[in-house]
Formats: sequence, C-alpha cells, structure tokens
Amino acid sequence: MKLDCSIDIHHLTRVEGHGNIHIRVEQGQLVEAKWAVVETPRFFEVMVKGMSAERVPFLTSRICGICSISHALASIRSLERAMQVTPPPAAEAVRLLAMHGETLQSHALHLFFLAAPDFAGTPSVLPLMQSHPELVKAGLDLKELGNEISTVTTGRCTHPVSLVVGGLSKAPDKDRLKFLLDMIGERKSALGLACDFFASLAIPQFERETEFISLHNGVSYPFIGGDLRSTDGVLRDENDYLLMTNEYLAEPSTSKFTRCSRESSAAGALARFNNNSAFLHPEARKAAEHLGLRPVCHNPFMCNIAQLVECVHILNDAETLIAKLIDMDLREIRTQFTPKAGCATGAVEAPRGILYHYMETDNEGRVVKADCIIPTTQNNANIHYDLGALARQALEEGKNDREIEKLATMLVRSYDPCISCSVH
Amino acid sequence: MNQQGMHFEKLKIASFDFTCCEGCQLQFANRESSLPAFFELLDVRAFREISSEKHDDFDMAFVEGSISRSDEIERLQSIRKQAKILVAFGTCACFGGVNSLKNRIPIEESVVEVYGEHPVETLPVQKISDIVQVDLSIPGCPVAKEEVERIVVSLVTGSKVNLPKYPVCVECKQQLNTCMFDLGEICLGSITRAGCNAVCTSGKTPCLGCRGPAEDINFPAFTELVKERGLSENDLREKLGFYNAFEAYRTDET
Repeated sequence: MKLDCSIDIHHLTRVEGHGNIHIRVEQGQLVEAKWAVVETPRFFEVMVKGMSAERVPFLTSRICGICSISHALASIRSLERAMQVTPPPAAEAVRLLAMHGETLQSHALHLFFLAAPDFAGTPSVLPLMQSHPELVKAGLDLKELGNEISTVTTGRCTHPVSLVVGGLSKAPDKDRLKFLLDMIGERKSALGLACDFFASLAIPQFERETEFISLHNGVSYPFIGGDLRSTDGVLRDENDYLLMTNEYLAEPSTSKFTRCSRESSAAGALARFNNNSAFLHPEARKAAEHLGLRPVCHNPFMCNIAQLVECVHILNDAETLIAKLIDMDLREIRTQFTPKAGCATGAVEAPRGILYHYMETDNEGRVVKADCIIPTTQNNANIHYDLGALARQALEEGKNDREIEKLATMLVRSYDPCISCSVH
Repeated sequence: MNQQGMHFEKLKIASFDFTCCEGCQLQFANRESSLPAFFELLDVRAFREISSEKHDDFDMAFVEGSISRSDEIERLQSIRKQAKILVAFGTCACFGGVNSLKNRIPIEESVVEVYGEHPVETLPVQKISDIVQVDLSIPGCPVAKEEVERIVVSLVTGSKVNLPKYPVCVECKQQLNTCMFDLGEICLGSITRAGCNAVCTSGKTPCLGCRGPAEDINFPAFTELVKERGLSENDLREKLGFYNAFEAYRTDET
C-alpha cells in the first residue's frame, strides 16, 4: 500500500528556539516539505540604534545565550573597522582563544546533549547519564573546558564581560592560563573517547549538492574576519556580505532566508571544513580521516562529525595559543579611541557558521544603522530544501512515516540551528 | 530520596522560554562538575531545549524571557494554571530585560525597519509579572548558576529562599577591585542587588544593573554622586535603561 501521511512537528525539541517541520505525503508521493521558524522576533537592529559604541557589544551578545562571544566580537569588529581602531596583538590572541572556548562549549553541547540522544534512541541526555556514564562524562569534560576557556578569557562563559571595542577591559590571569593548559592536556582523552563513539555511529546516508559558504583567509582555519568564500567558487570581500546572503522573507517564518549562487546555501562547521580543511591542525585532519570526513562533503548529517573534527583542532590550537599568551606582555590590551562616523561589516565564524554584523556610527560613535545576519538564517533555506530531498529519498527506500519523522528531526538537529538567534 | 541523612522529594520541574536568548536555561547545563548531582535533585518533566520528553505534571515552572506576542500570553497563562510555583527566571522574565529597549520606538516603525512591508505580530515587551502572578524571581543576565543551585537546594529541603538584600558594591569590595567610579565610569553596582559575585566589575566593566535594585537604596544620593563627579547624564540614562530594571527609579533628570 502506498504511504499517506502528514508529519507535523510543532516546536521541535533539542534545538535552540522554536521551529516547526511539516511534511505531507499522498499515495507515496511527497506533496509538501516545509521548515518554518515561528520564534518571536526581538528587533535588536532597532534596539541598538542610538546606543554608544562601547555599550553595543554588551547588547548584541544578548542575541544568543550560546554564542554570545561571537556576537560581541562581530559587533566589536564592525565598530573597530568603522572607526578605524586597531586592537593590540595580545587582545587579538585572547579574542581568538575566547572563540575557541565558545566553539568547544557549543559543539559539545550540541554533540552530546542535543544530537547523541538521537543515535542512542533516548529522549534526552539524562537517561544516558545512567546507561553511558563515560560518554556523558567525556561530553561534560569537553563542555566544561570550553566554558572555562571562555571564563578565563572574557570573565564569564555566557555573555562576556571583558570584550570591548579597542581590545579587552581586563587581561586573563597567567596562572589561570597555565591551569587551562593542564586542563587541555588532561581532557584530550575525553576527545579521543568522543571520536571513537561518533566513529561507531551509523550516520544516515543522504546527499544534496550544496553551496557551502564560510570565511577564508588562506593562512589559518578561520574564526575572526577574512574573505567570504563559497564552494561554488565565489570569493568576496567581508564588506560585500549582502551579495553573499541576499536575504528574503519566506512566510510564515519570522526568520529570514538567504541564498547565494543557488536556491539555498549552507554555513557552519561543515562549510568551514569544506572550504578550509587544509588549514586544520594535523591532529584534526587525522581525526577527519578516521571519521570518514572528506571535502567537499555534501551530507548535512556529517555536520556533527565536522563539529567533532573542529573540537580536535580547537584543543590543539588552544594549547599553542595559550603557550604564546603566557610568554606575551599582557599589559597592552586596549587601544583608546576617539568615536567617529563610519560604517563596516564585522564577520566571525560563530559555532554554527558565518555571522555578520554591519554597523554605521555617527561622529559621537553612536549606532545609526545596524544589520545582523545570523548563521541559522543562512541555513534556513538549505534545511527547507534538504527536508524535501530527504523525504523523497526515504520514500524511495520504502521508509514509513515514523522513520521519515525521525530522519527529518535528525536532519534539522544536524544543522544545530540557533533559532532565537536567527530571529533577533 | 535519601542524601546525607536527609529525605527529600525530587522537584518536579519544567522549563519554558519566551522572548529571550535562552542563555538562562542554558545555565542549567553549565557548572558541569556539579551537574549530575544537581540533576539528582530534579525530576525534569518538560524542557524542550534539552529533552524530547514532555509531561504536564510539573510543580515548578522556570520561565525564561519576556512576553511580546499574544500566543506567548496564552502559553504563559496555561503554565501558570499548572504550576504550583512559577519562577521568573532571569532578567528578561523579571524586568523585561534588554528586549524592553524596543519599547522606546513605535511598534510599526520597528516592524517596517526589520521586516519591511511584511506584517509580523509583535507587542510591547512585558515582564512575566505583568501577565501572571510570580512566586519567585531569580534575576541575572544570565542567572548565576551557583545561585540557582543554592535556591534549588533550599526548595528541595523546604528552607526559605533568600536573595541578597545588599548591593553588588559589597561583593565588588570583597574582591578588592578598583572602584569603577575611580576609573571615571558610572557603575550601577552601588544600587544593584548582589548575587552575581560582581562578575562585571571584576572584569573591569561597569555594572549595568541586570539584577535590579538592591533593597533600601539611596537613589538620589547615587544620582548626586554622578553629578558631583561630572559624569555624563546620557551615559547614566543609557545604563539605567539597559535592562529596564530601574523603571521605578527613573526621574525626569535621568
């Protein structure tokens, strides 16, 4: 008998924010597959107007509870570029380390708390605390390490305190940096355990050719600033972000959708990997090989694996970075600036992908115009078209409605959507 | 359950989010070393952000975020009907938080600015207690997990929940920080409720008052201090309005 079903997932669980999945099948044929974001809008671009540049990062960090450091740094970068402020090198090194902390925390949260239960067949991580205590401990150890790196570098793990326009308000304590080095050394085994676990999982086989967009600097794995690059061969300057995103409204979603060369594009760990795998730490490249991840990978379920590979990169790169900071003079951390009129884009690689903040200031350094384009916004269209392709493939494979529903929810979770963020 | 000679029932909790960044709920998953012990105290009945399991039989609802759409009002009212204890969780829930900055501008203007001609429903931002009765408020942007842990322990053991009455200044002095006023910055630490361990001023950034007013504050003396030091009135206004937590103290001058 041919399948007739309607899958309606209202407020998908184990993701940040509120999104709905709708799939309708008649007589074994896909009639409709839709991704809708129903989050309440907050209007940060309006709130920030009239605010002094020095206060702005404290406001925009509140766009997201998971990637607040990325938001603070995107605003700071756009304001520094707009007002021609150059932060001292020590501050730049601390900011990169702060990004590492946030990315590790966010990836660990996603991999262990949000994604792992799908593969283990449990509703949440809580039952895994009993059935897989070692795995959960490994996840918590990595997440705690990420949070500790963020705390040492920015004063707090959610909503950073010491990231300011011009540099840092306070330098990290060198004893705490040394402690971080020990902590990283101790927790590499947790990462090994995580890699073995994820290598053992059956990742769903599904591919839809996709244009992947990320930052690219040609020297290192990108986190803060750089050119905008796509796997379809587009290369643009950071300030030309609008040409890379082409935001549009897609009813009934309150989050916008974007596209570049095709009907949709993707950002995130997989996009970063696909554009920049050559710049990963050798240990991370080894891990990618072990986990079967090769560029250009078009399977969105492999986003999980790309995040894990990035965790390997981060632990190793953080070690080098911390050793460098310990040897540096950390007294020069802040450049004083005179507010002035200007405009610029600040792009960073937030855990879930490329994040753009554009700011225009008046000659008192107050914001007169702002635009924020969020990674999840850039993934919405891709999620939407992936859902249709995935449902069609599942129907061809003779899967039933429950199997299709499970695959669809896993697909959306693989993108690690940050929905509140996307409806800022 | 039996722990250290004490018998207690796990708290049947649920966690809900409204207009916010979800950073306060995220704190439930932070402080990883004490996390397994923390969850021993809780029976999580509904928590969409981390679990696909959903039950309606909770006693205590942690409500994060402010209210800015009519469906949120309905959802909040039905949570209120179910919950024996409703907790306003975090600064957005307690005071409206940064979202309230939207209220300075006419709604239609905001919608056009962000969505153009596309109609999007949004209401002026309200705090939770504007809509339903709140039994306990835990402020903070984000909430301090250590404080949340202490409060949960108090609730499980049936002891009284107390927030510090004194200001952030006390905690800041304990940390031997240089006063932000002495660095030429207006800081709300002397009028803001403690409990954050002076995390912002310890990072050499001024307190913006996310935890709301401390008890018995001398607001006129505070504004006098700002004047005496010749600091900017605009800066004071921006800071007091940042989290909407000092609404009651706003004067014409500020």
